[in-house]
Amino acid sequence: MAAADTSRRLHRLEAAAIRGVLVREIVNFSSFWRSATFSSTVDPTIYLLAFGFGFGALVSTVAGYDYIDFVGTGIVATTVLFAGAFPAMYGTFVKATFQHTYDAILSAPVDVEELVTGEVLWVGARTGVFGCVPMLVAMIFGLDPSWGMLLVPFIAALAGLGWASTGVFIAARSKAIETFSYWQSGLLTPMFLVAGTFFPLSELPQWAQILGNFNPLFHCVQLVRHAVFGFVGWADVGHLAFLVAFALIMWRLAIRFLEKRLIL
Amino acid sequence: MTTGEITEPALVVRGAVKRFGSLTAVAGLDLEVPAGSCVGLLGPNGAGKSTTMKALTAQVLLDEGEIRVLGHELPADSKQARAQMGVVPQLDNLDTTLTVEQNLLVFTHLYRVPKAQRRAAIDRALEIATLADRRDTKVDALSGGMRRRLLIARALLHQPRLVLLDEPTVGLDPQVRQELWALIDRLRSEGVSILMSTHYIEEAERLCDRVIIMSHGTSVAVGHPRDLIAEHAGAEALEVYGPPTRLAEVEAFARTQGWSTRRTGTSVAILHAGDGHGLDGERRVTNLEDVFVLLTGEEIS
Repeated sequence: MAAADTSRRLHRLEAAAIRGVLVREIVNFSSFWRSATFSSTVDPTIYLLAFGFGFGALVSTVAGYDYIDFVGTGIVATTVLFAGAFPAMYGTFVKATFQHTYDAILSAPVDVEELVTGEVLWVGARTGVFGCVPMLVAMIFGLDPSWGMLLVPFIAALAGLGWASTGVFIAARSKAIETFSYWQSGLLTPMFLVAGTFFPLSELPQWAQILGNFNPLFHCVQLVRHAVFGFVGWADVGHLAFLVAFALIMWRLAIRFLEKRLIL
Repeated sequence: MTTGEITEPALVVRGAVKRFGSLTAVAGLDLEVPAGSCVGLLGPNGAGKSTTMKALTAQVLLDEGEIRVLGHELPADSKQARAQMGVVPQLDNLDTTLTVEQNLLVFTHLYRVPKAQRRAAIDRALEIATLADRRDTKVDALSGGMRRRLLIARALLHQPRLVLLDEPTVGLDPQVRQELWALIDRLRSEGVSILMSTHYIEEAERLCDRVIIMSHGTSVAVGHPRDLIAEHAGAEALEVYGPPTRLAEVEAFARTQGWSTRRTGTSVAILHAGDGHGLDGERRVTNLEDVFVLLTGEEIS
């Protein structure tokens, strides 16, 4: 008699399979949480301090905000990128190519769809937590607490889902880990700078402003700022809708392309 | 829902074809694993063994042909089939920074072992793989043989009815290999159906009820090792030693007599040689390797 209940017909996107993938991630995280936490939070904190002290000495207010308030909230988007996209990119590539972890998981009753879903949920949840760390640091330097800050982990987690999926997508499309440089320098770095984190988009030429509106990090920055300092109505519904669509589309693309890579 | 009557084979493959671009990795393979038996896929590297193994978990999708695993049609019902089978991969894919027990715990979840049975499933797998005293050791610190046993233990957590072993002893010391053979033999005696791929002749001879000799993506002979030897190589081989010119003469002579020969470096083995017509050589018992080389023209291991 088999120990597992297999008499039932198995479906797509089963909770048990996703839970299995999550358990694997969580148990593994116990062995590398220090380095993961360090890389996901320290980088953005350094940006915060560098811009906060360096730039903050030159300008006192930006777009109607004190500079520390402006950058202390915008920095959440940077953390989302560092905690969401990069770990998903490297993690997926290593597990698919070097450690053959996905071979093992796909030999169990788990499909690629469930595998990707479990992984991005986990990275997304982590991003929700990590996303708040530089904001907490900014509070030491004068960012005032507000009730809206309680929404920030959820916004970061939602954006984190999209960026984790993007990371899986990039890893699935990359033949070698060196290919990551193209994505990093060609796509992720420009997005990270043109997100309204360190300076408002309105200072940029018009074409850059238009492109910026397609940048998920920009919508994340706006939503976080408005959550902390007061929502502005329908514009924020638009930002939220953009992030939801971004996460859904990238989630499906990640599944499609990882399937192409893993199922021959 | 099939519950696997004795009569239904654990695994059936019919006319399997898989191409990768211009390369045909599997070329019309038929394969059957009767319930409760151990079947070996024997072939050199590149014969299509690993591709076949991956097709059985739907990680490779066939271009042609059909697969039924434990009564489930693949690839549509592959998940159902995977829930009842255990897979031991050729490449070690353990989580090396975790302990032995953590590795197993993760897979009790992936294999959906009910919560109340997880503890017992891990203990049982550790006992089978004789790793109980290594429970808290990190995989990094295990020897190659122990890691392989852990891979097997991991595949047994959910008490599968079918176990796939892809080159289970490749790269291990002879002594460690024998430990693994004992472990595989124990599974077989417990009624688990086994399909293993190997390129070690001795492994197939010892463990398998049936051997499928594979070459260039298809099966060239199927049968019990003993029967295959009797049929294709006869009872004894005459091994003639000598310098290359002498060996060439012996081969030419054998051809005139209609005998099959096999060159093994410093000698020519004549199969089905009868009394040998006065040829001077050493008589020895034939083996599966003779059959293999004869049928495929390829040397192995």
